Amino acid sequence: MKNETETIEKQLTGSQIVIEALHRENTEVVFGYPGGAIMNVYDEIYKQNYFQHILVKHEQAAVHAADAYARSSGKVGVAIVTSGPGFTNAVTGLATAYTDSIPMVVISGQVPTAVIGTDAFQEIDAVGISRSCTKHNFLVNDVKDLTRVLKIAFHIARTGRPGPVHIDLPKDVSIELANFNYEQEFDLPTYKPTTKGNVRQIKAALQKISQSKRPVLYVGGGAVLSNCYEDIRAFAHQTKIPVVETLMARGIMKSDDELLFGMLGMHGEYAANMAMSETDMIICLGARFDDRVTGRLDVFAKKAQVVHVDIDPASIAKIIKPNYPIVGDLAIVMKQILEHTKDFEFNDYSSWNKTLLKYRKQHPLAYLEDSDRLKPQWVIQRTGELLGDKALISTDVGQHQMWAAQFYPFNYPRQWMTSGGLGTMGVGLPYAMGMKRANPDKIAVNFTGDGSIMMNIQEIITCTQYNLPHINIILNNNYLGMVRQWQTRFYEDRLAETTLDIQADFTMLSQSMGGVGYKVHTKEEFDAALKDAVESNKVAMIEVIIERREEVLPMVPNGHALDEMLLLETKGDK
Amino acid sequence: MNNFNHFYDSEERREVLSIIVVNKDSVLSRIVDLFSARGYNIDSLTVAPIPNSEYSRITIITIGIARTIDQIVKQLNKLIPVLKVIEHRDVIEKDTVLIKIPLDQSLSDVDVLARAYNGAIQNVTDEAIVISATDDPKRILNFIKVIEKYKPIEIVRSGVVAMER
Repeated sequence: MKNETETIEKQLTGSQIVIEALHRENTEVVFGYPGGAIMNVYDEIYKQNYFQHILVKHEQAAVHAADAYARSSGKVGVAIVTSGPGFTNAVTGLATAYTDSIPMVVISGQVPTAVIGTDAFQEIDAVGISRSCTKHNFLVNDVKDLTRVLKIAFHIARTGRPGPVHIDLPKDVSIELANFNYEQEFDLPTYKPTTKGNVRQIKAALQKISQSKRPVLYVGGGAVLSNCYEDIRAFAHQTKIPVVETLMARGIMKSDDELLFGMLGMHGEYAANMAMSETDMIICLGARFDDRVTGRLDVFAKKAQVVHVDIDPASIAKIIKPNYPIVGDLAIVMKQILEHTKDFEFNDYSSWNKTLLKYRKQHPLAYLEDSDRLKPQWVIQRTGELLGDKALISTDVGQHQMWAAQFYPFNYPRQWMTSGGLGTMGVGLPYAMGMKRANPDKIAVNFTGDGSIMMNIQEIITCTQYNLPHINIILNNNYLGMVRQWQTRFYEDRLAETTLDIQADFTMLSQSMGGVGYKVHTKEEFDAALKDAVESNKVAMIEVIIERREEVLPMVPNGHALDEMLLLETKGDK
Repeated sequence: MNNFNHFYDSEERREVLSIIVVNKDSVLSRIVDLFSARGYNIDSLTVAPIPNSEYSRITIITIGIARTIDQIVKQLNKLIPVLKVIEHRDVIEKDTVLIKIPLDQSLSDVDVLARAYNGAIQNVTDEAIVISATDDPKRILNFIKVIEKYKPIEIVRSGVVAMER
């Protein structure tokens, strides 16, 4: 009789199992939105004291905020939404995180198992939709399987190449009872990511690197995800090999490091793209030769040997076949590399570094002060001077994103949150929300444009409600600027649907949702507004009226080689 | 120096893959989705449980250049329910075909033909006979060509199963 009572006591409902599992995964915050199919779970959220729930205004923002929480903390982000439209609104968030390999668990409600397949109210084939934009997904048909699914979901999300995992939870499963034991081990024989690199291959690669004449370290988002920037800095400095960063890797090197030649790619720095064009040895650390990085592929790095370290075997030889493929967790492989670096005598790369420095002096990242209006690059540089390392930076997508990547002085990884792979407009504000929640001691700044900011503007009020102050710096050119730039360059300046003449009063908009707002035309006004915004400790909107036709340069036009850049034309140019 | 032309610009080749998967989480649609999402070809697909285990074997025949085949194998391995992917080199392949032939045709040679392709007459009704044959896929294609003169009403192929020698 007594034994029976104990068994009964250990039984939990599906919803209670969700809460207990999140607690055991050290979840401290969940972003979400309730609805019919997920109500049982929300009833348990009401009763618990383990974690905070942040009620957003739109499910897309919940997933973006959980994504930024994960990007800025390294932990797994969690979001909960209901079935049907709740879930479909979350899909852009899943796809954004999937493309940038961000660890997340997203739980959606589903109609009861008995009516799945009948086109019930708010029913949609959620796992069918999320299959191609998640690392893995589950439809839980049996409450007895729920503990396994939750534990494996977190494991899959954070190990190997990280990514979002989606769990679809039918309403009946969320009230049925099952035993709960989270300490139980669940076998997963089909999922065993390789973590250690092949030592013989690493040594062979180091041997070849040491003999190369113009090597370059091409560092990507994998370096951020695997938390190994110190070892990358150490390797670069021991060997004096110059470094270029992808958009995702900003902050791996300190911005003023003499070995860092900036970001490469379509809007990369001249010296960085020239380094990739002239190198005889590319050492790719956690990057994936994205089309925005390589430019025209058939002429990319023709003179170079390639070493490619990645935890995802499918990233290796997908675009560029390396001479030295190394599958492994970059954090572990960097330790292995450093262990053997001293066994090799590296060439002297000082003349190669000098060449790159010459390129940097020829065409530095720059802009002209040739307008009555503020230049966006100045705004970003100035924010960097005033806030520097104290700020975490998010962006939306477009010109402002590229200017921020080029001109903000990033000095440590996870300082920079941007939708790199998918290029999702509208992430900036929810990203600021998520990164502020994870890092209350930092100043959260979102560089955005007058187009992007409107895509999740409703979340200002969420940030007011939950006291997540941050500063939106809207670089307003009354255009969808990046598309406008392409239209000017490649479509004879036909500005098809890219002019934003009618706009909200951003100051009033912010004020109406409990924030503060500023409209800025001059440098003095900007300095004052930024200072005031920081001190206000509220959500702030600083609308900066910028030069309308400013372009992002350098630019490698689509289909061109990396060294065929459109460059800033200065008056003194020969 | 980075010369891998055999990898980037190779001839298209036919590849027989065995994919061992856990029978869970709609694994078959994951695999089919992967092929359609990434634009790979499926020439033939068969699937059946492996006896006395929780696994199933999926046999896929695909066509692609070396680089595409390399990606297919890696992307398949990346799917969580996939245990392993075997790229067959020296393989026995079998394909089965069922063919319905109207009785008004002259059928004198059908039985002999079927036997030549390891087949036999399976069923006879007032209107038609059904023959089957199991053989190497290339020979099955040949068999279908040969049998065309009998004006078959229906031809059903099983898809290829394969085993390394």
